[in-house]
Amino acid sequence: MTPAKQTKKQLKLLSKAPTGIPGMDEITGGGLPQGRPTLVAGGAGCGKTLFAMEFLVNGAIQYDEPGVFVSFEENADELAQNVASLGFDLKKLGKQKKLIIDHVRVERSEIEETGDYDLEGLFIRLGYAIDSIGAKRVVLDTIEVLFSALTNQGILRAELQRLFRWLKDKGVSAVITAERGSGTMTRFGLEEYVADCVILLDHRVNEQMSTRRLRIVKYRGTLHGTNEYPFLITKNGISVLPITSLGLDHQAPAGRVSTGIKELDDMLGGKGYFRGSSILLSGTAGTGKSSLAAAFVDAACRRGEHCLYFAFEESANQILRNMQSIGIGLASHVKKGLLTFHVARPTLYGLEMHLVTMHDLIQYHKPEIVVLDPITDFFAVGSSVEVKSAITRIIDFLKTNQITSLFISYTEEGTPNESVVGVSSLIDTWISLRNLENRGERQRGLYVLKSRGMAHSNQIRSFELTDAGIKIGALDLAGRRAEFNPA
Amino acid sequence: MEKSKPRARSRSTEKTWELRLYVAGQTPKSLAAFANLKKICEEHMAGQYHIEVIDLIKKPQLASGDQILAIPTLVRKLPAPIRKIIGDLSDTERVLVGLNLREQK
Repeated sequence: MTPAKQTKKQLKLLSKAPTGIPGMDEITGGGLPQGRPTLVAGGAGCGKTLFAMEFLVNGAIQYDEPGVFVSFEENADELAQNVASLGFDLKKLGKQKKLIIDHVRVERSEIEETGDYDLEGLFIRLGYAIDSIGAKRVVLDTIEVLFSALTNQGILRAELQRLFRWLKDKGVSAVITAERGSGTMTRFGLEEYVADCVILLDHRVNEQMSTRRLRIVKYRGTLHGTNEYPFLITKNGISVLPITSLGLDHQAPAGRVSTGIKELDDMLGGKGYFRGSSILLSGTAGTGKSSLAAAFVDAACRRGEHCLYFAFEESANQILRNMQSIGIGLASHVKKGLLTFHVARPTLYGLEMHLVTMHDLIQYHKPEIVVLDPITDFFAVGSSVEVKSAITRIIDFLKTNQITSLFISYTEEGTPNESVVGVSSLIDTWISLRNLENRGERQRGLYVLKSRGMAHSNQIRSFELTDAGIKIGALDLAGRRAEFNPA
Repeated sequence: MEKSKPRARSRSTEKTWELRLYVAGQTPKSLAAFANLKKICEEHMAGQYHIEVIDLIKKPQLASGDQILAIPTLVRKLPAPIRKIIGDLSDTERVLVGLNLREQK
């Protein structure tokens, strides 16, 4: 949507070769530069070969652009085996003349250099492979092997320069992989020759969590995001998670959905939440947030709507038992398949993996309601910046799909913690639950901190959990009754 | 360039050398390589060698078989092991080392 609008305004369109990798084409505005070489650099195990292979395979299958994979390290069988688990059948593509894998083996011990030479043999091999299937995409993985095999660096560098010019003349979109250097971008300075587009892949372990990041260092002729984008290698290949994959052009649905409790609906303009909005329930421990969420879910399931409940602290059975004790029976909804629980500790894997898991499950179940209970623990997995960006992505994704989302967050007594403050700006409706001590008794109080787009009550109401469900009523303040004007 | 025919195949137990010279057209480097090669062969293994010249411009598909990258490349196919000598073969000493004609003492 938005990237397309941008490119139309440019005078001379830089054509792009789409990678077909989820998220990648979004952050590059369409893909890699067509007809030009792209350098993909990273440490060992970063995913360079996989990236290059996906570029080629997707090109062959989805965009009708045959490709040649020149491998300097692994042979054709090894490569085919490595990507078989992703569902890529390289042998079949070879038979269909959509893909050629050329294994170039250089053995230093076999070679003796005796005078002037050039690398025309490589050019001829490559040219032959490209011409034989009309390839439009080429991968060289990784040409640095030549640096260890041939001692005459002068000849090698001159020939590399010639090679990249030759590739441009051939009109192929090339991906060149290279090992990350210490101090320099690549070990052998390939970035001097491949200057049109440079992508860095990174794989780091932080506090026992491993994350993969991708960064577009350079992309001539295109406005590109310069941030680091987290990515995952899933069972389907690489998945890049752009921060805002979908500009802020969500629809603003006007429909309303009941909170499950009539009095709370009354506090929210008489009708409840906006459909497709994001709701935050915050409060100290034991204030009844999960119960509120359960009431909402219960009402939705009774209407026949599907709910996806992501539980990060308690098991599904525990939640069912807890809710049963206040008269909310969710077990029948689970049996009917209207309510699905997904339970995982936040520390189980990295933020990105959580995001992808949620994406996948949401796309699979297509719920109308999603609950995240609680989000507070995620701040132990990542920094507040990372968690906020992760939640932003989830909210964007849910809003685009008009899914109403409920987030539960724990706060400390007294001050709202930074996690809540950081996230609250993304939220449409914020309900806060407090413990109020009065005359030696504790009452639970509930009030609506904000609710965009509607008139809402600003009264603190009492909030009780009884056998028969949740009761919201007037606070008992022993004679002191503050009257606030609603809204 | 034509194939060079062996002058006389010795029937003794002396090794017979199978050599392949890969070139790409008749460039000065390729011509120099061939000339240098003939000279070395005549000097060191007269009558026991067989040179095959392969022009990759005419037959590009043969480049992958012997894993040819550089031009010119001389491949010693026999006797084993395979050795590749790249360059115009102007450095005779290196050629002889590469062909294992100079023993490393």
